Amino acid sequence: MSMTDVKNLEELFQAKIDAELKIEPKDWMPDAYRRTLVRQISQHAHSEVVGMLPEGNWITRAPSLKRKAILLAKVQDEAGHGLYLYSAVETMGTSREQTIDDLLSGKAKYSSIFNYPTLTWADIGAIGWLVDGAAIMNQVMLCRTSYGPYARAMVRICKEESFHQRQGYEIMAVLAKGSPAQKEMAQDALNRWWWPSLMMFGPTDANSPHSAQSMKWKIKRQSNDELRQTFIDRTVQQAEVIGLTIPDPDLKWNAETKHYDWGTIDWTEFNNVVAGNGPCNKERLAARNKAHNNGAWVREAAVAYAAKKAKRKQAA
Amino acid sequence: MSDNPNNWPLWEVFIQSKRGLDHKHVGSLHAADAEMAIENARDVYTRRQEGNSIWVVKAEHIHASRPEDAESFYDPADDKVYRHPTFYTMPEGAKYI
Repeated sequence: MSMTDVKNLEELFQAKIDAELKIEPKDWMPDAYRRTLVRQISQHAHSEVVGMLPEGNWITRAPSLKRKAILLAKVQDEAGHGLYLYSAVETMGTSREQTIDDLLSGKAKYSSIFNYPTLTWADIGAIGWLVDGAAIMNQVMLCRTSYGPYARAMVRICKEESFHQRQGYEIMAVLAKGSPAQKEMAQDALNRWWWPSLMMFGPTDANSPHSAQSMKWKIKRQSNDELRQTFIDRTVQQAEVIGLTIPDPDLKWNAETKHYDWGTIDWTEFNNVVAGNGPCNKERLAARNKAHNNGAWVREAAVAYAAKKAKRKQAA
Repeated sequence: MSDNPNNWPLWEVFIQSKRGLDHKHVGSLHAADAEMAIENARDVYTRRQEGNSIWVVKAEHIHASRPEDAESFYDPADDKVYRHPTFYTMPEGAKYI
């Protein structure tokens, strides 16, 4: 293909995007669009899968059978979300095996929030309320992303996600109304998860070099800072309702902007966790590798059994 | 199914009515190969501009759950009301949740 042909194709591609037409797997697309999406969707999938680990930590120690069943159902959902997203990556021509290998080798990233530990039961509440709450902000936007299979996966995920945030907020509300020790536990979880949750939206717009291109391609439609601000505006009210305090001395309603003013994110901490030096990075990757390796015989046995069944059917 | 090799196989047809939407099953037809199946599907199933993308799959490649097993097959979901957001009590006054 000549350079002029590629330029024409790129113009046609952008015209489709500008006209709000979805890009489908068989459409021509620029290599950089494909690469960006493969990276973004696979990171998203890995986040769903690694996200099961901090919560899985509390399944056997949930305070009641009801809470245990709920947490189990939520973790099951995260596995399903990982599947939808891995399938969307496959529509771009990258094999499932390659994508998973990149996670296991540490080459691919996942959301840094999952490199923090879950120390108490209240952390399960804080994760549902704040971490899922922040993820939902991003995911609602992605329901309208320009790549068809990704957008469709996100619609399904958002539908399922709504119970996750509510179960987390309910846990926090119950603890906040409980004994002084229980309320303190809820406040402590909020203190530890608040800032990492704000980091989930990514670098500030000024420090987000790929954002402009992603917006032009309509992969994303709102900036990191916009989404983060909406999340703060909504969550402050929710904290007030259950009597917990957001751990930010600079937090103040601004009547002029109609938004909350707030403090500063510790970006050194963020960069450190992204670079692999968070409290649980090594533990998470080791757990995924161990699960993958320990599951190898199951995958092999299933293939062997399927071959045996096929042979039997042929003989019959 | 007939064993006559001259009989055209059966294809199931899926149409995407608009970019961005799922492909939906619309019916089936016989054709000698995939290309012919797509062209015939266009002629039959998109006469009134019903879609802009067609998938065809050989019917023999579709495996289905058994209707007679439906009750026991799906009952694991029956007692899990907590998978729905309405199961949870939200504190009075909480917004956007």
